[in-house]
Amino acid sequence: MSTAEPLTTADPLSAPDLGVVGLSKQFADHRAVDDLSFSVDRGSFFSILGPSGCGKTTLLRMIAGFTLPDGGNILIGGRSMQGVAPNRRPVNMVFQHLALFPMMNVGENVEFGLARRGVQRGECRRRADAMLQRVGLAGASHKRIDELSGGQRQRVAIARSLVLEPTLLLLDEPLGALDLKLREHMKIELKQLQASFGTTFVYITHDQSEALVLSDHVAVMNRGRFEQRGTPQELYYEPATAFVAGFVGANNHIVGRLTGVDGAIAEIETDAGWRVHARKSGTMTVGGSVEAFVRPEVVSVEREAALLPQDHVRYAGEVQSLLFDGANSAVLLTEERSHFNIRVALPQTGRLASLEVGERVSFSYDPRRAICFASDGAATSATGSSMPASSHG
Amino acid sequence: MHGVWQRRLMLTLLLAPALLWLFALIVLPHVDLALLSFRERTAPREYQAGLAQYRTFFTEPLYWHVFVRTAIMSMLATALTLVIAFPIAWVITKVARGRASSLLFVVCLIPFWVSETVRALGWLILLRESGVLPVLLAKFGLTAVPVELLYHDTTILTGLVYTSLLFMVVPLVSSLESLDDSLIEAAYDLGANGLSILRRIVIPHAAPGITAGCIVVFMLTLGNYLTPNLLGGKNSQWFTELIYTQFIVRFNWEQGAAFGFLLLALSTAIVALGLRLSGQRFVDVMRRS
Repeated sequence: MSTAEPLTTADPLSAPDLGVVGLSKQFADHRAVDDLSFSVDRGSFFSILGPSGCGKTTLLRMIAGFTLPDGGNILIGGRSMQGVAPNRRPVNMVFQHLALFPMMNVGENVEFGLARRGVQRGECRRRADAMLQRVGLAGASHKRIDELSGGQRQRVAIARSLVLEPTLLLLDEPLGALDLKLREHMKIELKQLQASFGTTFVYITHDQSEALVLSDHVAVMNRGRFEQRGTPQELYYEPATAFVAGFVGANNHIVGRLTGVDGAIAEIETDAGWRVHARKSGTMTVGGSVEAFVRPEVVSVEREAALLPQDHVRYAGEVQSLLFDGANSAVLLTEERSHFNIRVALPQTGRLASLEVGERVSFSYDPRRAICFASDGAATSATGSSMPASSHG
Repeated sequence: MHGVWQRRLMLTLLLAPALLWLFALIVLPHVDLALLSFRERTAPREYQAGLAQYRTFFTEPLYWHVFVRTAIMSMLATALTLVIAFPIAWVITKVARGRASSLLFVVCLIPFWVSETVRALGWLILLRESGVLPVLLAKFGLTAVPVELLYHDTTILTGLVYTSLLFMVVPLVSSLESLDDSLIEAAYDLGANGLSILRRIVIPHAAPGITAGCIVVFMLTLGNYLTPNLLGGKNSQWFTELIYTQFIVRFNWEQGAAFGFLLLALSTAIVALGLRLSGQRFVDVMRRS
């Protein structure tokens, strides 16, 4: 029987629920997880965000015990997991496609883990019913799995794990299979469930919106390493690397050469000769190639240049296309001289909703709210100029 | 109207070969055999309706004995085949990957390219007193002299299991293939061990495949004539041999027909019992396999 009690003498209350030390995993020719160390505080919602193939699934499977690490250690509740099989770890996992047992009804699914621990039948049933009630599925224990809706299945999968009172609940993109509307709903539900149970959640996803909405802390993972760890706000407003800036939230990605530095503000010139300004992050040399990121909501657009703030550089452009999405509406502008396409968020008041394709407009932004990094060549290809469609644009 | 008529004609034509086959080769002979089994000879070329053939079966202990023995041996062979085929199917579907998996399947299939007669004769070469295995056993001193390994019940069972293996492996592979690996991982994650995963997840999932395999193997074994006859010799006492004797040696078609129907009734009863005990429905089993 596996319990959460650590066997070490360390004070279990002071140990973080999850500690990862120098963890590595190599698959044939690529390093899935590369010397990773981090810890997750008790009771927090921690997300690992990264593109597919970044190693996040491998990391999760190593924590669950399905994959053996090549090096490093995993501590759960202060106890080393070296040589501990998955069925004896104080960890449970919600699988990507939930993996509910179709040969059992809802109640039997929830009782499964308890019965394996040797809990008496009546007690199993009582605890399973209580858990189903907590996730809002009271009285559903006799239903078959295929009689449930997507959201209900989700809750059964979580109930099945939480009934075992794990130290850590791992979630492997469980919302991926749901349609958009239900996914938005389940995000809120997951966050509320985590808050009410107080169990530590480790959630992996490639969807930055899920990670930002749900988490207390997010780690952005790329090529087996964490690019940055922080609160969703830190990742969004203070990205540490070009990869994070490109991956978290929508961003305009401008590549050019550094032509000058004025205090904290760098001046960048693109190949097409467009001069832009952005806050400098890290060291960079004049003449070296850099990449700047300007968020769509940082840019102001007006029909008349005079309406824009006096102290920002103003640019002229032409409306190339309108991207109407209610409160998240944006326009794609083509800068006059360089023909660079920049995405600009429209005011939520709907004041500029009447803009038309081909109309000439002026735009400007506060360079302190844009950010630029020295190009290392590698990050450029990873981020590209892709703009994830998201509700955080 | 024209379209409907045409569609009906099409359907009739498409079904015709199957219906013809069913009627000419299955229904007609069985009706004829049924009529044969219910008549008794009173004088040369003179017959009357009666239950004499069935009465003989119940009054003659030898027939009874062979009947029960055939049923028990067939069930035993089916169970053994399942126990041996399950790990094979598991390795093919869950352990081996890609090419290795198809290769293993082909290895199971290859013996069936050779006719059953030739395979049985192969066993004779291996097991007879002057055959490969007894000679080797004697040479390594495990037995004083080469022993006769043929004509035992174990030999018959070995031959039957070997003959039926593929018919168990195929439905098992197809049912295990559809088992999502993440269900096994989820069970493991929730604290289950190998045994409870097998009992609660794998077997319930594979139940239709297991049942289908068992039905096919049981039917084939019960109705097998060649393997028990060649490997068991005179000792085999297989019910199909009694039927053969009545038809071909004794030329007593009436008695043979009655035995045939008794065998049919036996297999139907045992399959029905097996389905009842395992809680499966025949239609589901046949659809899944």
